[in-house]
Amino acid sequence: MEMLKQEEIKMSQESQTNVMMMENDQDQRTAFRGLEAKNLHAWFGKHHVLSDISLRFPERTVTGLIGPSGCGKSTFIRLLNRMHEFIPSAAMAGQVLQNGEDIYATDVDAAAVRLKIGMVFQKPNPFPAMNIRENVLSGIKLAHLKVADHDSIVENCLTRAGLWKEVKDRLNATGGSLSGGQQQRLCIARSLAVEPSVLLMDEPCSALDPGSTLRIEETIKELAEKIAVVIVTHNMQQAARVSDFCAFFLTDDGPGYLVEADATKKLFTNPSDTRTADYVQGKFG
Amino acid sequence: MSAVVIETNTAVPQPTTPWKQTRRNQIVSASTVAASVVIAVVIVLLTGLAGVDGWALTFLIVSLLVTAARAFKVDAKVRKEMFVSVAIFGTAALAFTPWMSIFASVVMKGARGFQPNFFVGDMRTTIPDDELNLGGAGHAIVGSIMMVLNATIITLPLGILSGVYLTEVRGRLTFLVRFVVQSMSGVPSIVAGLFIYVTFVNYTNSFSGLAGSFALAILMLPTVARTAEEVLKLVPDDLRSASYALGARQWRTSLLVVLPTVRSGLTTAAILGVARVIGETAPLLLTSLSSNSYVFNPLGGPISSLPTYVFGLLQIGTENATNRAWTGALVLMLLVFALFTTARFIGGKDRR
Amino acid sequence: MEALIAREIAPEPRQLSVVYNRADRIFRRIVTSGALTSLVLLGLIGVFLFVKSAQIFNDRGLSFITGSNWTAGSGDGVILDDFSIGPMLTGTILVSLIALIIAIPLSVGGALYLEFYAPFRIRKILTALLDLAAAIPSLIFGLWGLAVFTSFGERWSILLNSRFGWIPFIKVQNEVFGRSPFIAGCVLASLIVPIITSVTREVFSRTPRDLIDTCYALGSSRWGAIRTVVLPFGKSGVIGGAMLGLGRALGETVAVYLLLNIVFRYNFRILESEGGNIASLIATKFGEATQYELKALIAAGFVLFMLTLVVNMLAATIVQKSTVRK
Repeated sequence: MEMLKQEEIKMSQESQTNVMMMENDQDQRTAFRGLEAKNLHAWFGKHHVLSDISLRFPERTVTGLIGPSGCGKSTFIRLLNRMHEFIPSAAMAGQVLQNGEDIYATDVDAAAVRLKIGMVFQKPNPFPAMNIRENVLSGIKLAHLKVADHDSIVENCLTRAGLWKEVKDRLNATGGSLSGGQQQRLCIARSLAVEPSVLLMDEPCSALDPGSTLRIEETIKELAEKIAVVIVTHNMQQAARVSDFCAFFLTDDGPGYLVEADATKKLFTNPSDTRTADYVQGKFG
Repeated sequence: MSAVVIETNTAVPQPTTPWKQTRRNQIVSASTVAASVVIAVVIVLLTGLAGVDGWALTFLIVSLLVTAARAFKVDAKVRKEMFVSVAIFGTAALAFTPWMSIFASVVMKGARGFQPNFFVGDMRTTIPDDELNLGGAGHAIVGSIMMVLNATIITLPLGILSGVYLTEVRGRLTFLVRFVVQSMSGVPSIVAGLFIYVTFVNYTNSFSGLAGSFALAILMLPTVARTAEEVLKLVPDDLRSASYALGARQWRTSLLVVLPTVRSGLTTAAILGVARVIGETAPLLLTSLSSNSYVFNPLGGPISSLPTYVFGLLQIGTENATNRAWTGALVLMLLVFALFTTARFIGGKDRR
Repeated sequence: MEALIAREIAPEPRQLSVVYNRADRIFRRIVTSGALTSLVLLGLIGVFLFVKSAQIFNDRGLSFITGSNWTAGSGDGVILDDFSIGPMLTGTILVSLIALIIAIPLSVGGALYLEFYAPFRIRKILTALLDLAAAIPSLIFGLWGLAVFTSFGERWSILLNSRFGWIPFIKVQNEVFGRSPFIAGCVLASLIVPIITSVTREVFSRTPRDLIDTCYALGSSRWGAIRTVVLPFGKSGVIGGAMLGLGRALGETVAVYLLLNIVFRYNFRILESEGGNIASLIATKFGEATQYELKALIAAGFVLFMLTLVVNMLAATIVQKSTVRK
């Protein structure tokens, strides 16, 4: 696994400056490979819910988004794959760059963007009208992708999601016959079938028991060998276990903002901001 | 290690919606539709396709062709989406046209006869083919109101009592009552009329307003009873528990705690029941028949009502008769509309 | 000290009984009599219909339903009473079926449009208008059918006949196109579309939002999401709504009376100007019916009632199953 040297940036306490992960010694004018959010704001109608978020998600890393509920973390990741706009009163400002290109530019096909930036939701939701095999292939069918070998895709994705061994003999069973944890892994396999380069996960384990949670965390670490993963979580121990970098969100009854973003180890052992220190020590949240 | 500090903008930018269609796209879409309309009109004029339906069909085909043209440079998925959108829009337009046409026709064609004499006069000395400023439908309106009122007087207490029985008292007959009420809500209206015809009308040897009320009551009762039960079921059990825990007896709980909570719901049930039967024709044809003059006695022989008034005029078929029928239909629609609006207004008060 | 031995068998539950005081007893009695009255009145109708028609079924057996004559006897034995509802029964089903075949695709399209394609303000206005449309009395549909629709219907019938006249049920014997099962079916379709659209739209709106979101997150288009999630989810709701519409169409009287000529001959040619349904039969014949003929009409009404009862019960079970499952 390619190791990236990380620069740490001290952030000023007064202005709400945001931390950017900088690649070492590289020409800053080279396009950053990966997903990048630049000065993102979000509104629901007149209600300002996210203020000035800038973050980078390098390839082959896991980034955790932590913070108390109501800070806009879910809204933020929905900005990353253009799901935010389905809410009627939604508005945004700023840019989201995928390998240097703004996904919100005019004439960009939002559906194509969502093929490259996938999402797994909090509640496992395999399609009830389809069996396991069809569920995995559903993304391909919905996107009208031309694929030669369906069977190898099914096996490949289920293996990467850590589910192949358990279901390989019953691919025709409905999704509902699986346990909660297995259903969630099926949803992960389904998202992988369209070959995204980033996988967004919105509290994927909060509806699952601890055993399933651990299995999925292992899966996430394996997935990060090929793609970038961004995971919203309320569980700080999970963030500590699974992520390479963490971003801490907070709100003061106004829009959510970024307090600190850094390598996980540093954030949890020696954070730069007292609020971060308080949060990770469980003093509030 | 160099530290890089990125200054953020302290000014909050304006919210934008980059996913919405830009001005340019909107203009292109609008002009495409306008162009399709014009092309369709031209084709219709040239080929002599008749009527509105000819134009509509041409417009649909032209839209599909235009969509196909625009879809050439786009991939399969988006192309399918565009065609499906046109198809769904077309189907919806076809689904909505009949009743929109009815609203429009009723207003436009009924407006001519919508004069004061329509509400006051009767047809005792006028024949249907006379000019519209002669005669009227006052007798029909009064007849309708009377019969519906009587039906409501019968149905409302029975329906509410049934609802209370099913939710509060829950005696041994619960299943039977619910089953019978449910089944009878599907009685065809003509069968209800036939039943009253062979019993009451036969027995009293005459058509009458009361017979009409009975027929309407048969149709109203299941609706009112079912709605009353549903409305009462919505009252949370916590409310009843609180009342019982205070030592109140059942009759107090039901009358003083539960029923006042659903007052608006029950009124809505009554109003919706009325709205349903006010336009019923078939049962009245067999029970109250029709009449040309004002009748105020429910047992005083045949009586007119708005539906039978309109129905009778339709049988005649002359222009003035049909115009009167349209005006009658307009008054009927206005009544239903007023009832619905009242019900919605009252029902809205329940939501706190 | 003796050790306490736990009981191995749970004790029997106590029988609880409620004793109501006088006021409550009176209250309960009043309420019960109210419910009982409803029960008796409504049940009486069913019983009455059954009893009165029993004689007809006894006399004629199954031929009441299959035969195709309606002749009142002359009383002196020269012409015998011969009542059967065959053509009327098939007419009822034929016209209702035409209405259903036309109405279902239109309603589903309308519901999809309202729920997924219409802009927010248009959706609110149209939904409110749709409720009102479902309450339009069928008489007004008959009036509109006569005055407005018939000219269109005739034009389409002529077109259909000229292009597709080789299909058996489109062929006509008399080239008079005014009052056919097709036109009556079209007007009935217009009548039941608002109801089916309302029910269907309601069902579609209850599709779980996260399933739809998942489709979009996988890069699907709007139609892809509808096809994959909404339609399978709403299938039973659509069927339930369709059965409700069917029940309404089966019992429809005035619209059919005004738009269809009652002819006592089996007719499956939808463009032909003859047909009828049981409801309009009753409306036509009741005025001058003899005692025995009245009984036949009651028997006809009973058959119609049973038909709509079965359809409505099916509708209720299907709609209930679709709400319980989700």
